[in-house]
Amino acid sequence: MGRKIRSTAFRSAGLLGGLVLLIVSFMASMRYGFVSISWGDIHSSITNYDEGVMNQVIARTARLPRALIAATVGGSLALAGAILQSVTRNPLASPSVLGINAGASLAVVAALTLASIRETETLMWISFFGAAIAAVAVYAMGSVGREGLSPLRIILAGSAMTALFASLTQGMLVRNESGLQDVLFWIAGSVAGRTTEMLLPVLPYMGAGWLLAFALSRQWNVMAMGEESAKGLGQNMTLMKLAAGLIVILLAGSAVAVAGPIGLIGIIIPHVARGIAGLDYRWLLPYSAVLGASLLLLADLAARFIIFPLEVPVGIMTAALGAPFFIYLARKGRAKL
Amino acid sequence: MNVSHNNAVSARPAPKRNAALKVMIWLSLVLVLMSVLYLMLGETIIGLQRVWQALWGRGLGEDVLIVQTLRAPRLVIALLVGAALAVAGAILQAVIRNPLAAPDVVGITGGASFGAVLFLTVLAGVFSRELLPIAAIIGAFCATALVYMLAWRRGADSLRLVLVGIGVASLLSAGTSFLLTFSPAYSATSAYIWLTGTIYGSTWEDAAILAPWLVVFGAVLYFNTGNLHAQLLGDELAVGIGSSLQRHRLLMVLLSVALAGSAVAIGGSIGFVGLIAPHMARRLVGPVIRRVLPVSALIGAIVVAAADLVGRTVFLPYDIPVGVFTSAVGAPFFIYLLYRSRKMG
Repeated sequence: MGRKIRSTAFRSAGLLGGLVLLIVSFMASMRYGFVSISWGDIHSSITNYDEGVMNQVIARTARLPRALIAATVGGSLALAGAILQSVTRNPLASPSVLGINAGASLAVVAALTLASIRETETLMWISFFGAAIAAVAVYAMGSVGREGLSPLRIILAGSAMTALFASLTQGMLVRNESGLQDVLFWIAGSVAGRTTEMLLPVLPYMGAGWLLAFALSRQWNVMAMGEESAKGLGQNMTLMKLAAGLIVILLAGSAVAVAGPIGLIGIIIPHVARGIAGLDYRWLLPYSAVLGASLLLLADLAARFIIFPLEVPVGIMTAALGAPFFIYLARKGRAKL
Repeated sequence: MNVSHNNAVSARPAPKRNAALKVMIWLSLVLVLMSVLYLMLGETIIGLQRVWQALWGRGLGEDVLIVQTLRAPRLVIALLVGAALAVAGAILQAVIRNPLAAPDVVGITGGASFGAVLFLTVLAGVFSRELLPIAAIIGAFCATALVYMLAWRRGADSLRLVLVGIGVASLLSAGTSFLLTFSPAYSATSAYIWLTGTIYGSTWEDAAILAPWLVVFGAVLYFNTGNLHAQLLGDELAVGIGSSLQRHRLLMVLLSVALAGSAVAIGGSIGFVGLIAPHMARRLVGPVIRRVLPVSALIGAIVVAAADLVGRTVFLPYDIPVGVFTSAVGAPFFIYLLYRSRKMG
């Protein structure tokens, strides 16, 4: 990667542009879908809610929570990806590639099928637990032995873990065929059919993850320079890796609890953000958050129209975007890995 | 050329021919024992003598039903699928000369699954079910070709091949879940269960669909093992010996794709068998491909039959798909291989 030092003015302008994009996508996500809703109805659904008007009900109970969830989940996954890429110094790292999303979904599917748990709050803790197990496994693989696994090998190990978690998840789903159709839609990753009540309990933990991530911006810069340099600059590596693990578990775990495993946002967005904002994490993180939120909103919007009137789970959309990007990186980055 | 074949392949001296034969005899004994256990155990446990009688259609009607129409075809499928996947993996590891190569890794399984799910959900009823292997094989071919093309950059570097394989696999699995989410509930459920890698409810009909393909591919392979051995020596030596390198390499990859594709068509994606079995085989009989292939086949058959036996007996009354167990063993093994082969890459 070449030297990318941008002026503060350029970066601020870019971030402003990102915010505009986010707002536009959010509004579009409110407006378009199976039925188009007029701006007037959208406006009055918030300021002057009237349950008698069909379009206002749709806007307030279906579109609004959906857009909010898409934005928060997209931003969280992109942030988690950016931090993982800093700590592992690996351009291919992201919660889905390293198996963290798959671990969280395994835990959630186990709770859904074996214990019939339905409350979001409980599912969230279970999802954190699954994400934590996967993260610990990946971390252990990265640090066992004299030099641990190389960045590339962590990706391969992560994909093996993903295969393992996925097959255990499938094994569990086969046990109860009746609920399969519902769970299938969830497991492909979707932000549809969720209520604000499902988002609210998760929000504090997601917010904590965001705050912690932003607060440690300088440290991510140092981490991205490599273990030796970071140690030389007096960075406490163990503490930072723990912090990174905690943030990723909070962000990915809560995202999976609400929306299921939405893959590969965490891999695309940090690269796009780096292309615009350069390597400084103090800028990279807000860019990632804003762009991740916009991308998931837009992907979800596209998912409503691709085979209209049916809806595609948005996780399939992001995988269709992200997998070619992953392949592109794998082809390009061989020398760097 | 002074270099002897075995030394060129590995520093470890290959065991004598007799030793390899001994290994094969032992494995065959294990296989027979496993098969007998497989037929005896289950929801109803049937004694050895009654199994024997039932196999010949004598004894209690209930025993005959359980042994002949439920357990025996499923056992046959387990053995065939396991052997096919293992041989496919052994060929790939020899041709690509990459210990991490396996049908699941280079996109074969993902492509076959996509092809088969497409066939089951969209084309169901248009064509007869006997054509399912063809759909899976076509899918496997396309996916493998795609992986190869994308990974090619002045030669197919083995780690890049694996990485691109991961990318293509996730793309294909997105496509597969797309198909599953939008097909009617009944065919989606059956396709999903199939996808996990299960041989639950196998019939003699399935065995009759699968067996001819495997016999044909096996025969082609048998007459080409000499070339495969030359491949193992490395590009320069192989050309020196007179093996027409690219053409045979292509033939071998195609064979591997066809074997794995037809296995996936019947058994679903039973993960990691094609990765583990060849490694165990090389441990036992050294790297000589003529010995690795049959030993891999035996090990693959034993592994799948054992995993399925556990899956349908330990968690009664549930029948856990066999793919769950092979992945549970295979994924950690894959990670272990990553540690061991740290030098390369």
